[in-house]
Amino acid sequence: MSVSNHPTETPSPGHTPIKRRYRSDLFRQALRLPIVIWQGLFFIAPLCFLVAMSFFIVRNYRMTEAFEMKNWFKMLSRDYFWDSYGLTIGLATLATLVVTTVAFPAAYTLAFRVSEATRRRAIFLLIIPFFTSYLVRIFSWYVILAESGVINAMLGYIGLGPYVMLNTKFGTIIGYMTLTLPLVIILQTFSLANIDRRLVEAAHNLGCRPWRTIIRVVLPLAKTGFIIAAVFCFILSFGDFVSPYYLGGSKPPTLPILIVDTVKSGQQWPRAAVVAVVMMVTLFIVAFGGIAAAYRRRTA
Amino acid sequence: MKSDRVLKWFLYGYLALVLIFIFAPIIFSVIFSFNSDRFPTIPLGSFSLKWYETIWQDPDVWEAARTSLIVSFSVAIIATLLGFATAYTDYRYRFKLKPLYLALILLPPTIPLIIMALAMLAWFAKIGLAGKVISIIIAHSVLTAPFAMAIIRLRLSQMDVTLEAAAWNLGADQWRALRRVIVPFCQPAIVSSFCLTAAVSFDEFAIAWFISGLNKTIPVIILEIVTGNIDPQVNAIGSFVFLTSITLVVIAQVVLMTRGKKEKVNHG
Repeated sequence: MSVSNHPTETPSPGHTPIKRRYRSDLFRQALRLPIVIWQGLFFIAPLCFLVAMSFFIVRNYRMTEAFEMKNWFKMLSRDYFWDSYGLTIGLATLATLVVTTVAFPAAYTLAFRVSEATRRRAIFLLIIPFFTSYLVRIFSWYVILAESGVINAMLGYIGLGPYVMLNTKFGTIIGYMTLTLPLVIILQTFSLANIDRRLVEAAHNLGCRPWRTIIRVVLPLAKTGFIIAAVFCFILSFGDFVSPYYLGGSKPPTLPILIVDTVKSGQQWPRAAVVAVVMMVTLFIVAFGGIAAAYRRRTA
Repeated sequence: MKSDRVLKWFLYGYLALVLIFIFAPIIFSVIFSFNSDRFPTIPLGSFSLKWYETIWQDPDVWEAARTSLIVSFSVAIIATLLGFATAYTDYRYRFKLKPLYLALILLPPTIPLIIMALAMLAWFAKIGLAGKVISIIIAHSVLTAPFAMAIIRLRLSQMDVTLEAAAWNLGADQWRALRRVIVPFCQPAIVSSFCLTAAVSFDEFAIAWFISGLNKTIPVIILEIVTGNIDPQVNAIGSFVFLTSITLVVIAQVVLMTRGKKEKVNHG
């Protein structure tokens, strides 16, 4: 073991810069660079290539590298593209509103009404679906929601239905909820649990009623976490092709379905790239808008 | 205070309903996998193992299972190594452009999978890696490295910063200190990151579907069966998939939690 190599100066805590004259650069770079190279080659490069590809052209079923606006004009001048765009934004917004509302009482309960051990166990449970096959869960909903499925069979016993739930917006939203509800509850719970309890108690002691306390004290304090959770919900719903396809019936298709169809049914990768770039721009706007709103200080 | 009691039970009931909603598809999928009907509903048909027999005899499923295992195991190793190196860099060093550096690793999960799928498909075709198992491994590592980084970084933030310095003072060089002090301390997080990244990779279907070519993984097989028709085979495969990923996730969480508890006891 080479002793010449070892740091001789006073130990520095992790967050202060360590200045050294001896050659520790190898160690430092060996830990720092792999991810830069890896993500550069396989994350940044593909995304840049995607943007470039939206200007390529397809001739005789072969993609040729070029710089033409043809795909952009073609896609952006079609009505069906804008129909899909409006539908996708509408559905993702609806999902965000529904999920945020449905999650809140659950997160409130977990943050304020149960012991810490129970909260930990509940979070433990909520993490599980995040890592289990979304595809199989959606297929399961497909069977449950079908016209002769479990829900309609149960409703049939009490003389209701059958209701058509598949191939509707309702079905799509159920799917989006499956995808995003656990995550949103977790994020909301964390931001509620971090609130200074004394402020809530102060409101209570000053005679503020529970509902008013929630609206005037709790929600403003938890705003940042709630908006971030909502942004995640929007991003996930906006980019999902499984729920609108299998549960929503895909008429008209959402943007992610448009990408799938365009890629799988032909060689039109550049047109799919146009859709993808439009989606990314939209998501950047939503994300930055959301973050700006989340960290804006309350005036008045 | 009576109204508060009512509210409390109302909220508990609500929480239970939400959990039922979240777990219903998982539970029903398992139940239906043992059900004889082609189109399962209530009342249930008779108990049957025929869907399991179907997939057991299907060579495509075996082939896909093999690919899936290879992919998720490799992804877990690569993502955990990358995540560890990055978490350590963030923990120890301060440098210009660090926010950019962190953005580079943390950004992938915020890009919709379908967009990543298209970008990867085109890029791998361009660099001559189209349709290979290695390309699924690479793509999934990009996707999961942030999870590994986050888990290990959290663990590092619990570490006493003087431990590593003590090792240096006792004559260990940086590599040795890393290997003998940092890695053992991070071990539960490393195990946990290994399991979680494997689980994510094992379930990922969008990117795998776009880039896998003939090397289908299990989720890609499921997607293809689902697209064809209602086929309860999916429930049987799905139950296996659930079992695998739930096991991985539970191991990951238990390893992290029990280690944390032990240390609390030791310190207290």
